[in-house]
Amino acid sequence: MSTSIIAQDQTVTERERTARPTGSAVSSSNLSATRLIRWLALSVWRFTAVGLFLLLWEFGPQYLLDQQTMVFLPPLHAVLQAGAQLWQQGQLQEDLTASLSRAGIGFSIAVVAGISVGLVVSWYQPLESLLMPLLELFRNTAALALLPVFVLLLGIGETSKISIVVYASFFPVLMNTIAGVKTVDPLLVRAARSLGLSNLRLFQKVILPSSVPTIFTGIRMGGTASILVLIAAEMVGAKAGLGYLIINAQSSFQIPQMYAGILTVSLLGLVVNLALVRLERHFSRWRDPAR
Amino acid sequence: MTAKISLHHVGKQFLVRPTRALPQARVLQALEDITLDVQAGQFLTIVGPSGSGKTTLLDLLGGLSRPTAGHVLVDGQEVTGPGLDRAIVFQQYALFPWRTALANVAFALEGQEISKKQRLSRAREYLDLVGLSGFEERYPHELSGGMKQRVAIARSLVYEPGILLMDEPFAALDAQSREQLQDELLRIWRSTGKTVIFITHGIEEAVYLGQRVAVLSSRPGRLKQVVDIDLGERGADQDLRSDPLFVRYRHEVWNLLHEEVHRAEDAGHGKILRDQTDRVA
Repeated sequence: MSTSIIAQDQTVTERERTARPTGSAVSSSNLSATRLIRWLALSVWRFTAVGLFLLLWEFGPQYLLDQQTMVFLPPLHAVLQAGAQLWQQGQLQEDLTASLSRAGIGFSIAVVAGISVGLVVSWYQPLESLLMPLLELFRNTAALALLPVFVLLLGIGETSKISIVVYASFFPVLMNTIAGVKTVDPLLVRAARSLGLSNLRLFQKVILPSSVPTIFTGIRMGGTASILVLIAAEMVGAKAGLGYLIINAQSSFQIPQMYAGILTVSLLGLVVNLALVRLERHFSRWRDPAR
Repeated sequence: MTAKISLHHVGKQFLVRPTRALPQARVLQALEDITLDVQAGQFLTIVGPSGSGKTTLLDLLGGLSRPTAGHVLVDGQEVTGPGLDRAIVFQQYALFPWRTALANVAFALEGQEISKKQRLSRAREYLDLVGLSGFEERYPHELSGGMKQRVAIARSLVYEPGILLMDEPFAALDAQSREQLQDELLRIWRSTGKTVIFITHGIEEAVYLGQRVAVLSSRPGRLKQVVDIDLGERGADQDLRSDPLFVRYRHEVWNLLHEEVHRAEDAGHGKILRDQTDRVA
């Protein structure tokens, strides 16, 4: 008897899986062709706005602006040329490595610290009510507002830059860790308790895994924040780094080089965010309700 | 012979947090003076109106909270906390969504000192018992309600507790799945000889499953009456629910419950939302 139930259940899930909107009359080869066309159309559509923007960047300065302004807004090809030149000189790699290592070190410290502090604070209620007001105060103090303080106390070397990255990316990780622990389904806690789990094991086996997706959201936000703040910090005082490249190019009137630096920053941000989104999705697969 | 489960004058009070409507914190008597013995291997169902403390009673038996009066004994020993001699099956399945069906069942064995291989093979065995072979690697969100509850039952059986405590386990299921799972549960109960305490608000379910039906009064929950159910031998193809004897038992329990339900409605009783601290700590 039980097998018939299973068979029934299975057909239900199978039906759900195949119930994606596709015409049943369309043959399978036709279907894949339609799909390919639809995919291509979508890709073209998605790049339309970016493409238009790049076209505007290329031709706008040449045909719409006068000579003087064009110096400050060189067309795209000039920027790309400058970028290639920087790459050949090895300058771009050097600055990129400097920025990446600072962001990487600071961000890693922030992730480890944010998760650990978050777990401890959210587990001990009294500690939470003691520390939260202070943490709220710090969190709402823009990291860049504190940049002068960091420079005064830690100089303009690596320490101050890494510290400000830690500061900026620590709070998103912390806040999301706390939120993740707090939103654990109390029913799951009850179930685990009824299985006789100790506090420590409860934490390790239930609370931590169930907060992972929320924590990863914090990690992604922290990653974005770390690059943002680092570039600004490098503009204030540094001997290498993308922020330094931009500000240095500006002050030595190498405008195309400056834009090449800016473009590198946006590409870097895109790549980092994409990687973190992938990672986040990987760790929250189980939360995805319909797949 | 001592009973498997013994309740001696058990009472439970809650402190209800003040709300805007009722600004004073007050004490709420959820259960009062409950005395009841359950023999080993017995199937007892408990029915009662909303807010009669059914879940509270189950929490006491599971060791998730302590009584404010009286004693809860299992095998003659006072219950002081959760233990692996008792298992709870919850209405909302309480499966860990990040674990597959197999890993959910194996979870219950992770505190014990057996190898991972043994854990998984026993988990497989019990998934098979509840009819879920072939679904080991599915995540909860890929399973229907009935299948989720089967996983939860397998998880509660896998560490071989003597007592199964079930808190309206089939209430969230559709009628068809519910009837199938009721029969499965009876089959498992007969083959494993567990002592089962099954809470429900369905009179028919209570009479169908239980050897005894305990009826609770409206708040404060007292034991109103225990009805012994003797339906004789059950044939596989027999429509027991339309049997005159079944109908008579059902009516008897219905009469007992009916006045309590009215009393509860008049008093405006509903589920109490417990303090968060009571659940977590």
